[in-house]
Amino acid sequence: MSKKKRTEVVAGEVIEKPESQIRVMWETLKKNKAALAGLIVILFLVFLAIFGDLLAPYDPEYSDMAHTFVKPCAQYWFGTDQLGRDIFSRVLSGTKISLMVGLCAVAFSLIIGTILGSIAGYFGGRVDGFIMRCMDIMLSIPSILLAITLMAALGKGLDKAIIAIGTVSIPEYARIVRSSILSVKENDYVAAAKVIGNSDGRIIFRHILPNVISSIVVRATLGISTAILDTAALGFLGMGVQPPMAEWGDMLGRARTYIFSAPYTLIFPGLAITLAVLAFNLFGDGLRDALDPKERV
Amino acid sequence: MSEDKREVLLEVKNLKKYFTVETSFFGKPTSILKAVDDVSFKIYKGEAFGLVGESGCGKSTIGKMLVDLYKPTSGEIIYNGVDISKLRPQERRKYCKDIQLIFQDPYASLNPRMTIGDIIAEPIRINHLLPENQIEDRVTYLLNCVGLANHQRNRYPHEFSGGQRQRVGIARALAVQPKLIVCDEPVSALDVSIQAQVLNLLDDLKDQFGLTYLFIAHGLNVVKHISDRVGVMYLGKLMEVAGKHEIYDNPLNPYTQALLSAIPSTDITKKKERIILTGDVPTPINPPKGCRFSSRCFKKCAGCDDILPELKNIGNDHQVACHLYDENPQ
Repeated sequence: MSKKKRTEVVAGEVIEKPESQIRVMWETLKKNKAALAGLIVILFLVFLAIFGDLLAPYDPEYSDMAHTFVKPCAQYWFGTDQLGRDIFSRVLSGTKISLMVGLCAVAFSLIIGTILGSIAGYFGGRVDGFIMRCMDIMLSIPSILLAITLMAALGKGLDKAIIAIGTVSIPEYARIVRSSILSVKENDYVAAAKVIGNSDGRIIFRHILPNVISSIVVRATLGISTAILDTAALGFLGMGVQPPMAEWGDMLGRARTYIFSAPYTLIFPGLAITLAVLAFNLFGDGLRDALDPKERV
Repeated sequence: MSEDKREVLLEVKNLKKYFTVETSFFGKPTSILKAVDDVSFKIYKGEAFGLVGESGCGKSTIGKMLVDLYKPTSGEIIYNGVDISKLRPQERRKYCKDIQLIFQDPYASLNPRMTIGDIIAEPIRINHLLPENQIEDRVTYLLNCVGLANHQRNRYPHEFSGGQRQRVGIARALAVQPKLIVCDEPVSALDVSIQAQVLNLLDDLKDQFGLTYLFIAHGLNVVKHISDRVGVMYLGKLMEVAGKHEIYDNPLNPYTQALLSAIPSTDITKKKERIILTGDVPTPINPPKGCRFSSRCFKKCAGCDDILPELKNIGNDHQVACHLYDENPQ
């Protein structure tokens, strides 16, 4: 490596600074144009989620019955829907909900899945058998069906949607974490951690998980796109957020009757979903390459 | 040096470790691998006890039992008068400060996500040996002891060579100020030129820190350099234990004789008779009934196939498990 090492001075001695993992990752990611494009779109979506309400030309929930089904024009960029609401404003406003549900659901399933997978993989034996059989049972039910069942049991609402969508993907994370832990825990450095007196919890969190984090992060990034799709699916079925709140899937669901007479009521929320999912997928793929040490130069 | 004056630091009594290879449908073991089968020895304070034997003879398993990576099937591990093998996990953990392990593979034994400074500081931190503000200095001191430069402390293990990594492993073991260090083939993964350096380092540290070593190796030549006494293992059994010079000059067990004859010599004037053993090592799942070495022994006599020889003292601090020799406690 010809790069100059950064140094710091401690107690009069020059000590090399650790090479930042994130910087190495960034260097690799920068070379992947598709992933970079994905990242830019994600940042753009995040920007819209935060400032969307300020940018929206109309109140997304205001219904102007005098202007229903207006085709896209200078005044209403994306047209208006069956209740005369500005679709552009609603798509902007929906960004916030889709991203929030996506991130929260993934965080929810990631945390629970990681804990369950770590316990199963590290301790093995009966604990492993019990946890993984439960996960298998969850996996045997089609995920959207399970989410709908959970929504039916929990009731409607954004927070319930997050829990339902999050719960559905717990088994996936548990499995990934478990298998990664199984491959890492046989390493001598885990034995070494035990020999110097680490507790089991510390071994898992300090010695094993940091070494499997890359596969989890990649899966989580890709998982956000799945969660956004699931949110849209629940919304489409009328089980997600409550009207008149704007949500992409819900917009699709309510406008599907007008697919031939007013296709623009579906095209724009549909494009938004596609764009968000594509962005997270591209970025996730790039992240996987960037975190794989074999891909590094 | 008479035996009575030496202080026993660690004694292993009738230690056994069986692994279950296969179980029946109901979880009853049907096939058992006897990795360590009834081994007893003593390690005196301040000495380096070498344990040699070929792959799979159970020497590393003994080392791992001493540091609590494996639980013994039966037998006792008596450290400073306390049987540590029967302690509850909480109590047992207190002894990890006293007995440390140096691993065979320096590439696998260091966490790739931690800087070497953190790796060495961790045992001090989790055992609360020093206040936080003194750890930095201690790590600097340990790095110097093992011949690494302080400015490298923020580097990751992959930036080091095998020999340097092994030095980090040694520093980590030293960090808790142990009394006994189990060296599990610490040089076998290194280049020959580096082997000598690391062996010399271990030798120096032994005097500097007043350490006792259990030195596990698969060749007698490495052990010769560092050990005071040597135990030879074969198929989970201890075949011979003696002082270094005694075992090299007067090997009694035929297996030891065969092992010694395999060491290449640089002395061309000395013509050596190379003993070539026939056959393979029997599987430890189904070892020979009598003496474990009977299937390959070139001095086999009538009872060897059926009667298991006990390890007996034949004088001059020399123990051997072989029917050819009689007990002679002097």
